[in-house]
Amino acid sequence: MADNGQARETAERIARRHYGKLVAFLAARTGDVAGAEDALSDAFAAALLDWPKSGVPQIPEAWLLTAARRRIIDMNRRKATGEKGASHLELIARELRALEINADRTQIPDERLRLMFACAHPAIDPAIRAPLILQTVLGFDAVAIGSAFLISPAAMGKRLVRAKSKIGQARIPFRIPERTEMHERLDSVLEAIYAVFAEGWSEPTGTDVRRREWTEEGIWLGRLVISLLPDEPEALGLLALMLYAESRRRARRSPDGRYVPLQEQDTALWDEALIDEAETLLRKASAIQMTGRYQLEAALQSAHVVRRKTGRADWAAIERIYDALFAVTGSPVVAVNRAVALAQTRGAAAWLKALDALAKEEKLADYQPYWAARADLFAQLGNISAAGEAYCRAIGLERDSAVRAFLQEQQAALSVLAKKT
Amino acid sequence: MQYLFLIYGNEQAMLSAPKETAEKTMAAYAAYTDAMTKAGVLVGGNRLRPTSSASSVRVNNGKPQVLDGPYAEIKEQLAGYYLVDVPDLDAALSWAARCPGAERGTIEVRPVWPRGE
Repeated sequence: MADNGQARETAERIARRHYGKLVAFLAARTGDVAGAEDALSDAFAAALLDWPKSGVPQIPEAWLLTAARRRIIDMNRRKATGEKGASHLELIARELRALEINADRTQIPDERLRLMFACAHPAIDPAIRAPLILQTVLGFDAVAIGSAFLISPAAMGKRLVRAKSKIGQARIPFRIPERTEMHERLDSVLEAIYAVFAEGWSEPTGTDVRRREWTEEGIWLGRLVISLLPDEPEALGLLALMLYAESRRRARRSPDGRYVPLQEQDTALWDEALIDEAETLLRKASAIQMTGRYQLEAALQSAHVVRRKTGRADWAAIERIYDALFAVTGSPVVAVNRAVALAQTRGAAAWLKALDALAKEEKLADYQPYWAARADLFAQLGNISAAGEAYCRAIGLERDSAVRAFLQEQQAALSVLAKKT
Repeated sequence: MQYLFLIYGNEQAMLSAPKETAEKTMAAYAAYTDAMTKAGVLVGGNRLRPTSSASSVRVNNGKPQVLDGPYAEIKEQLAGYYLVDVPDLDAALSWAARCPGAERGTIEVRPVWPRGE
C-alpha cells in the first residue's frame, strides 16, 4: 500500500511538473491540443495502475510519452478514413516513434512557449487566451478557470473546446513569431501570464492553496519566457513586476490577517532576494530603451521599495511614472493612482483637482480604489460626511474581506476625527 | 493546407466608384493575383458578378424553390474569392492581409475541410 501511495505521489508530481511540456510536445506535432490532453490524461491513468506494480520507470517522462503516443495513434486510426487520412496518420505515427526513441536518451525539447504563442494567436478570441494557456500549459480544469474568470464552468469548457478545435482546424502554427510580429504576439502572451498571476494575487492570505499556486505559476511562466526570449524588455518588465509584488507577500497582511496598506508595510518583511532580482531585471530592460506598460509598472514598484533604504517612497518618481503610464494606457484607473501620488508631491488641493477631473468617468463608478481615495481625501480636508459616504461606496465594492475590514475601520475612525474637530 | 478567402465589400460603393478608382482597384487585384501565382500558393479564384445577378435555391418538400437574390442581405456582399494552398494559418492570414479588398472590406479566411477527415 505504501508503494501504491508513493507511485501515486510520483505520478502526480510528474503530472504537475511535466504536463504542459508533454502537451506542448505532442500538440506541436499533431496540431491537436485536445487530443494531446486526452492522450496524456489516459497515460497518467495508466501510470497510476502500472507504476505501483512495476515500479516507477527510470525516465517517467519517456514512459508517459510512449503511452500517450499509442493512445494518439489509436484515436487517429479510429477517426481517419480514406487514403489521405491514412497517410496523415502514418506521418504522425512515424514522427511520434522517432521522438520515443529520442526520449530515452535525450531531453524532450521544451515547446511550451510555442504552445503559448498558439494559444495567444490573434485568430483566437482575446478573452479566451489566458484561460486557454492556463488549461493547456498548466493543466488547470474548466472549473478552476471558470471561477477565476467569473464564467460558469460549462460555458468556460465550451469556449475552451472551441478554441482548441480552432487551433487544429485552422492550423494555427506552433512557432515563435518573427521579430516584426513579435511585439503584438508577445503582448497577448504577457497579458495572459499577468492574468494568471493577478488571479493568484487576489487571494493574499494563501489559504486557498490552488490560488496561491497561480502566482507561482505566473512567475514560472514569466521566467520561461525570459529564458527563451532574454532580450524582450516587456517580458523582463513583467517578470520584475511580479517579483516585486511577490516580495511583499508576507507584509500584505498582519499576523492576524488584517490588511496592511503598502505605505504602512514593515519593510523588514519584504523579501530582499526577490527585490534584488526584480531590480536587476528592470535595469536590464531599461537598458534596451523600449519602454512599455509592464516596465513602467515595475518601475513604480521600484520607486515604492526604495523606502526600505531611505524610509520614504520616491513620490516624485512615482508621479512621473504615472504620467508616462497614463500616456500609454489612457486608463482612468491609472489616473486615480496618479492623483494619490499628487497628494504626496503637491498636497491635497492638487489631489482634489485631479480626482474631481475624474468624477465623470463611468468606469470608476464601481472601482473601489477611486472611492477609497476620495474618502481619504475628504477625511484629510475635514469633510467628514463626504468621507463617510465615499467609504461606504468603497466598502460596498470590495470583494476581499480583509480589505473590506480595513476600510470599515477607516470609516469608523472618522467619528473619532469628527469629535476632535 | 487549403484556405478559402471570401472577399466581402460594399457592393454599391464598388459599382458606383469613379472609373479611375475602379481601374486602380483592378490593377491592384491583377498584381495581387500575379504575386500569389508566382509564389505558388494560388489554387484558384474569381471575381463574382453583383448580387443583383444572384439566385438562391433550396429544396422544400422535394420541390426546388428558386429565389431571386443572394442568400443573405447584409451590409457587405460577397464580391469574389481565392483558394490558396499554404502551410498554416499565419501564411494564409498574411496573404489575406495583402488582398486589395481588405482595405475597404473584409476577407474571411476559412480552412478547407480536407477530404476523408
